[in-house]
Parts: sequence; C-alpha cells; structure tokens
Amino acid sequence: MKNRWIALYVENQVGVLAKVSGLFSGKAYNLQSLTVGTTEDETVSRMTICVTSDDITFEQIKKQLNRMVEVIKVIDLTDMPIHMKEILFAKVKDCTVADKAELFQIAQVFHVEVSDIGKDSVLLECKMTERRNNELIDLLRSKFKHIEIVRGGAVAIESISTSCGGRAEYFWK
Amino acid sequence: MAMDMTGRKLFVKALLEEQVDTVFAYPGGMVTDILDELYKHEEIELVLPRHEQGLIHEAEGYSRATGKVGVCIVTSGPGATNIITGLADAHYDSIPLVCITGQVPLNLIGNDAFQEVDIVGMTRSITKYGVTVQDRKDLGKILKMAFHIARTGRPGPVLIDLPKDIQTASGPGEYPQSVFIRGYKPNESVHIGQLKKGYKLLKSAKKPLFLVGGGVNIAKANDKLLQLVERTKIPVVTTVMGKGAIPDDNPYYIGNSGMHGRYAANIAVGQCDVLFSIGTRFNDRITGDLNEFAPNAQIIHVDIDTASISRNVVVDVPIVADANLALDKLLEWAEPQKTEEWLEQIQEWNQKNPLEMRRDKGMTPQMILEQINQQFSEGIIVTDVGQHQMWATQYIELNADKQFITSGGLGTMGFGFPAAIGAKIGCPDQSVICISGDGGMQMNIQELATAMAQEANVIVCIFNNYYLGMVRQMQQLFYGKRYEATCLRRRKGCPKDCKGPGTACPPYEPDFVKLAESYGACGIRVTKEEEIVPALEKAKQCKTPVLIEFLIATEEIVLPMVKGGNPMTEMILK
Repeated sequence: MKNRWIALYVENQVGVLAKVSGLFSGKAYNLQSLTVGTTEDETVSRMTICVTSDDITFEQIKKQLNRMVEVIKVIDLTDMPIHMKEILFAKVKDCTVADKAELFQIAQVFHVEVSDIGKDSVLLECKMTERRNNELIDLLRSKFKHIEIVRGGAVAIESISTSCGGRAEYFWK
Repeated sequence: MAMDMTGRKLFVKALLEEQVDTVFAYPGGMVTDILDELYKHEEIELVLPRHEQGLIHEAEGYSRATGKVGVCIVTSGPGATNIITGLADAHYDSIPLVCITGQVPLNLIGNDAFQEVDIVGMTRSITKYGVTVQDRKDLGKILKMAFHIARTGRPGPVLIDLPKDIQTASGPGEYPQSVFIRGYKPNESVHIGQLKKGYKLLKSAKKPLFLVGGGVNIAKANDKLLQLVERTKIPVVTTVMGKGAIPDDNPYYIGNSGMHGRYAANIAVGQCDVLFSIGTRFNDRITGDLNEFAPNAQIIHVDIDTASISRNVVVDVPIVADANLALDKLLEWAEPQKTEEWLEQIQEWNQKNPLEMRRDKGMTPQMILEQINQQFSEGIIVTDVGQHQMWATQYIELNADKQFITSGGLGTMGFGFPAAIGAKIGCPDQSVICISGDGGMQMNIQELATAMAQEANVIVCIFNNYYLGMVRQMQQLFYGKRYEATCLRRRKGCPKDCKGPGTACPPYEPDFVKLAESYGACGIRVTKEEEIVPALEKAKQCKTPVLIEFLIATEEIVLPMVKGGNPMTEMILK
C-alpha cells in the first residue's frame, strides 16, 4: 500500500465530480485527496487525485477511470517528474505573546506567510508540498492547544525540465 | 439546415433514424408529450407493460434476443426508480438499452417537486452513461450519443433524463449522423503482437483449455469459435453467460464451469496448463477461491473491456479486443494440436461424475428439461434466477438455432418472464420458452397481462417446489435445515421448526393454473413424469401464452455445488 497520484482530464460538466468520487466510494478505493478546477480550455476540468492502494488496485483504478465516458485522459503522476503544491491555512488560537513570537519564528523557518493576526491568534498561509505541510501541522500540534487547519489537497503539474521538480513520492513522506 | 422543431418531435425523429421499431413505455405526467408524439407514428410499436420493472426486463429480453438496442420510456419519480434493478442487470450483462426518464421541468429540479428524483445521481454506478438534458439545443447530440454509447464497445444501458420543458421547447431539428466523444474510444482493433504471444503460448500447451464467457455471444462470434475449436481440437468450458457460444453436443465442449458447473469442467480448469479465456470477467462464481483458480495454468485473457482484464485474476497475456476480431485473427493461424490424451482424461472425469439426477423420487427438473430439449428444435430459452436457472444451464442443450437468455451478473429474480415476453416481441416467429421458479415468477407475474395484450405467446414452465429453492438449498446443506423465510406455503399456524414438507402443509398459493386462466392465458398443471410431454405438446398448439406448473420433487438440490469462497475443484457431488 502506498500513495499514488493521478492527473485526470474530465469534461467540465454537471455530475462528473460526483461520478469520479462515486467510483472511489462505490468500489472502496482509498481516496486521500481530490482537487478539481477548470483548465486553459474551459470545457475541460483537471483533477489531481491522491490514492492509497496496492499495485493491482491502482491499475484497476486507472482502468475504471479511463472507461468513464466523461474522462478524457488519465495521467499517472506517480513516477513522473512533477511540481506539486498544496495550500494550507493554519490558525493558532489562544496565543500568549511568547506563542506569537514563536509562530513568527516558525513562519520564517518554514518560509510561510503570517497573513493575519489578532489579539490572541495568528493565521499562517502556506503553499508547500503536502509533506512539508504535514510537518508544519505536526509541529503546531505539539506546541499549541487550539489550532484550526484548512487544507486544499495537492495540485500537480508535469515538470518542464526534468532536473527541477521531483517524483510524487518526494512530496509525501 | 433542418427546420426548428419541438424536443418531442426530435425525439421521435431520433428513434426513426436509429431504426427503432419497438419501444417499451409506461406513461406518467412527465412523458405525456413524447407519448403523444409517438401516437402519430404507427411504424413504432409501443409495448405497454404492467410495471416498469417488467418493462425494462422486457426491453432487455428484446435486446438480448435481437441484438438491437432496447428502448425504454418511463416517467419521472417512481417510474424512474422502478427501472433501477433492470439498469443494474443490463449493466452487468452488457445489454444495450437507451432509457428515457421523464423529469420535472428545469425550473422545478431541486425543489422536491411532485415525482421528482435525481435518477441520474441514483444510477451513476449502474449505467454506462447517464445525463439530464439541460438545454434543448443539445438534445439531438445527446440522443445520438446515447445510442452510440449503448451499442459500441462493451454494450450497456444509457439513461437520458428528459425534463418536460425540453420535450416541448423548440430548437434545432437536426439529428446528427455521427458523434465524436473525446473521452470515449471503444477498442476496434486487436493488438496483433499480444495475440500472437497468446497463441504461441496456447500452441505450446499440453493441456490447453478455452474458457468462454458471454462476450462471445454478444459479439456473435459463435461460428468463429466453433471453427477455432474444431481446427485446434482444444476443449472448451463456458461460463453461465457463455452457454450457447458453442453447441452443447460438440465433442470438444465439456460444459459450464463454476459454482454449479460440470465436474469435468471444473477439474479441467484446475488441471489445464494454458487457459485461453475470451469475453469473461472471471466472476467469483467462476473462480471460487482465487488462490486456487487454475493453479497450473498460464492465462490468456481476451476482453473488450480493459477494466475486466487482470481485475480478479491476474493474467499472463492480456489482450484488449472484440471477441470477433480476435477470433478472426486466431483462425488465420490456428493449427491442430495434439490433445488426444488430454481429451481422454476429460472424458474420464466426465464419466466418473456425469450430470445426472436420481430418478426414484418423483418428477425431477432433469426430466422436464430433457423433454424441452426434445420438443423444441429451435427457439429461445429464457430463465429466471434460482435453482431452475442452474438446472437449465446444466441440462438445456443448445445448438445454432437455439439461444439462451438469463440474468447472469446481477441474478435478478423476476427477470425471466418479462425478458421472455420481450424476446418473443423481438422474435415473434421463434418459440420462446421461459423456465422460472414459483418464487421468481411471482415477482413480475402482472406481466401476464402484457403477454396477452402483445399476443406474445410464450410458454412459461414454472418449476414449483414450494420453496425459494436456492436459499433453501443452502439452509439444507449449511444451516441445519432451518428453513427461515424460504417456504412459500408457510402460514402463521405452521410449526416454527418445520424441517420440510409433510401431509399437514397448507395449500400453495396462488393456484397458477387458475391465475393464468384469469388472464385469459392457458394454464396446465403437471404432477408426474408421464404428463410432461402431453403438456408441452398442448402448449405448442395454444394460441395464447401458456403457463405450465410442474410440481417437482420438493427437496431436490442443484449439484455439483461449490461452497462460496472454496476452490472450484472442491465440489459437493452428492
């Protein structure tokens, strides 16, 4: 069992998201994250899907996606050089002055932005790999009691030059 | 440019362009417009069933018998939900259907309007494609897509949800001749390299075996399979859906394999060294314990559906292709193989455990099925689901003039009788014999009225053993004869721990003979072996649908049997 990534081009139509997500629930495939948005062609949407599965199930997932009428193309990103990022908001509440100072330090080290601040809370806005986001969340959990996490799921695109970017696994621990 | 026209007019135009001669339709508020349009067209026969589930199984039977697309028209809400079982059935067994469900007007969708349901959402996982028409200008293209998708590639059911205002709105009158769908490219060729690899493997085998599924019947590749088998001298086993792909009396045909397959067929799968399978999904009823399935064999798998390959059974040579094309190519290369010893071995297994039922305990299904074989040299045999279905797969003998229709994947009780009516409507010159159980028959018995109205003179043979026999068989074998919820004679006053029929049992209801007669059909009851032939002969003479109730030995079970999840070579034989 390991994480794998798929980029999926689909018709930008009513019900297609439900059909794709329904496949995962109906066939008990283990969906980690799914993001979707329109592409340069507004009749086409692109999804980035992360699943946890064994090899045989993953092959089956790709075939099942491929046979859907609304699916235009399935790209297996797992072993391709890609760029992958995920948006994460982390709101830390009930902060003391010292907490706030520490959060600024953390933000500096992680290269994330402090995008809002109040009397006793701080909002971090992060655009990192899923793996790095996970590490930040782990750190915040260990240090602060009241945190609120919103994450968007990864979006990925194939690299232009193979020397930059990495394999999907790199983006996940 | 065609003139603008209403959606309902375009709909009928589409049916005519697709050469649809029969539609199965049940009215309701949201399809009155298209029905009103059909009123003007005598060239399209409209079949009115008595229940929408009957309707869709009739369309399935029609499609399976003729190879044409079955067209269903039902209203929104309950009309739509009543066809769900049939959609799932058609999806499993790859039956091309185009189902039109009426829908409330666009502006009411989402309002929980009267008879509104999200039928596209409900059926997403059991249709090949489904869509609600949102814009009148798309109607022509969507209808063309529906027929194209239903009948190409691995066929299947398509659902078009048609809001009432789309039916009445005016818009483009064109019905496209063809349609391009960028995400849908059914396979129309064979990968020659893979097929060669597969054939080379087959040629190298000492104990080669063909496993043939329903795909060969759907592709109508039966003749080619027969030629290939006779030229290569390689034995064949079939799945339930593959029955009839090769004539039963062919010397290379062993029989069905699977849960209730022939002993020799299952042993042959267990012993073969190369298994060349065509058009089967390797369903669990065929494989049993996957770790023990064809353990000595290298497996080649030809299927039109990529997702069916290496799904349940990981194969050595996958080949994505239409069975017809693959068999065509194989015939170019095929040469005789040395299989004499292997065939003799299979014969031995067959003689050791032939298919046979005891003859000392009343009228058995075997006796009836043998007489059906004798009495009908041509025709379509349709079954329902249950013990009688498995007996039919074991004892019905098919040849090129006979076809077998059954609900294989979904196992839908209530399928048989309406499917037989649909088959008869599609093929009025052929004899259609429906073999059903007393349980399944009652699931769509209202269709007797449809059969009468359509003059669909099918011969229904009910194997009445007073039980829901397939489950009772499990209770008999694995649940200490605790016949919970399987005795159809049971009444409130019966003892809780009844272990089987006795003299004090209440009468069976309904009286099938009287029931048939109440519809104007012919009813015959057969209680002993000597009455079988006269009943069938009488049935052939009848000018109405005929219902023959056979009171068969009550506790007969289907053998051989493999317990679910066990290896296929571990058969219960007695």
